[in-house]
Amino acid sequence: MLRLLRRYWVVVRRPSHYLSLGFLTIGGFVAGIIFWGGFNTALELTNTEAFCISCHEMRDNVYVELQSTIHFTNRSGVRAKCPDCHVPHDWTDKVARKMQASKEVWGKIFGSINTREKFEAARLELAQHEWERLKANNSLECRNCHGYDYMDFTRQSPRAAAQHSTMLASGERTCIDCHKGIAHRLPALPVTKSEKQVSMASP
Amino acid sequence: MGRLRTQLGFLLAALVAATAAIAVAAPFSDAMRGNTPIVDEPTPPPLQNQENNDVRRVRSHPMQPPTIPHKIDGYQLDRTVNRCLFCHARTRIEETKAIPLSVTHYMDRDGSVRGDVSPRRYFCTQCHVPQDAVKPLVDNRFEDFDTASQRAAPAKPAKR
Repeated sequence: MLRLLRRYWVVVRRPSHYLSLGFLTIGGFVAGIIFWGGFNTALELTNTEAFCISCHEMRDNVYVELQSTIHFTNRSGVRAKCPDCHVPHDWTDKVARKMQASKEVWGKIFGSINTREKFEAARLELAQHEWERLKANNSLECRNCHGYDYMDFTRQSPRAAAQHSTMLASGERTCIDCHKGIAHRLPALPVTKSEKQVSMASP
Repeated sequence: MGRLRTQLGFLLAALVAATAAIAVAAPFSDAMRGNTPIVDEPTPPPLQNQENNDVRRVRSHPMQPPTIPHKIDGYQLDRTVNRCLFCHARTRIEETKAIPLSVTHYMDRDGSVRGDVSPRRYFCTQCHVPQDAVKPLVDNRFEDFDTASQRAAPAKPAKR
């Protein structure tokens, strides 16, 4: 094993015998563009709504639910697509999320939510994952569009202004603490907990 | 017997003719539909923004369910989730400063108080509704008890 490694090390270290410097540098540059461009194009392809709803699990459950909400249809016609909220926009975070998504590929292959019943059974767990993620990154995906600094409290209802100017301003709460279930249906919670619900005061 | 039947027949015919004449003479009009003929689809008025000022409206009578003074657009209210209770539940009001449900909402039909909201009172919007700032389609002549009792006995002011 060590001998094998050493042999490769020697090959890599030795100056090229047959290929010109120009070929190696320019060729390497072009190959780099092709590979990197290809990688990024593929990455962005998986970051489109069309890709998300190419699976019936997404198309028939969560996408349908989104359609009646303010994030899909509204007076000004601005809308959020799946990756706007579910994938970080920064490259490193995005790649980290994409690696996590290998679990979703596994789920797709083995059909972990391929029926309505299975999806409903898993809804609470799936929702909790997203709540935890948004809680952990201080509702980053919300804030990509909704900036606290640009909120006009005089244009908000008294109730909204009161909450935003205190809880949100102090960082005691983040968007997802109160705004759960705004884009999809909420999961069913155990009946005895119906009053506490997912509660705005989640830890 | 035969004559009576003939007379009745005439009367009925006259009645039908009179009704038809009225129907033809007066153009169709309805407080809710306006002048749109019954076979046509009327253009609905544009949707209004729901009242959202958080000011509690006066109740017209003591048993009236209070109206909702804020928007409830997209609030999920179904078998599994009750968005209203996120704030109005007994356990949530300290933080949210929302109006708690009255104790009647915890009573079952036998009048015994339960620990959780009674299923028959679970669907809030059966009784509580938000308000739109619109002109009423039909005239409302409702008077609350104070006004009515004062009108009935003007000499003696109603006790509150």
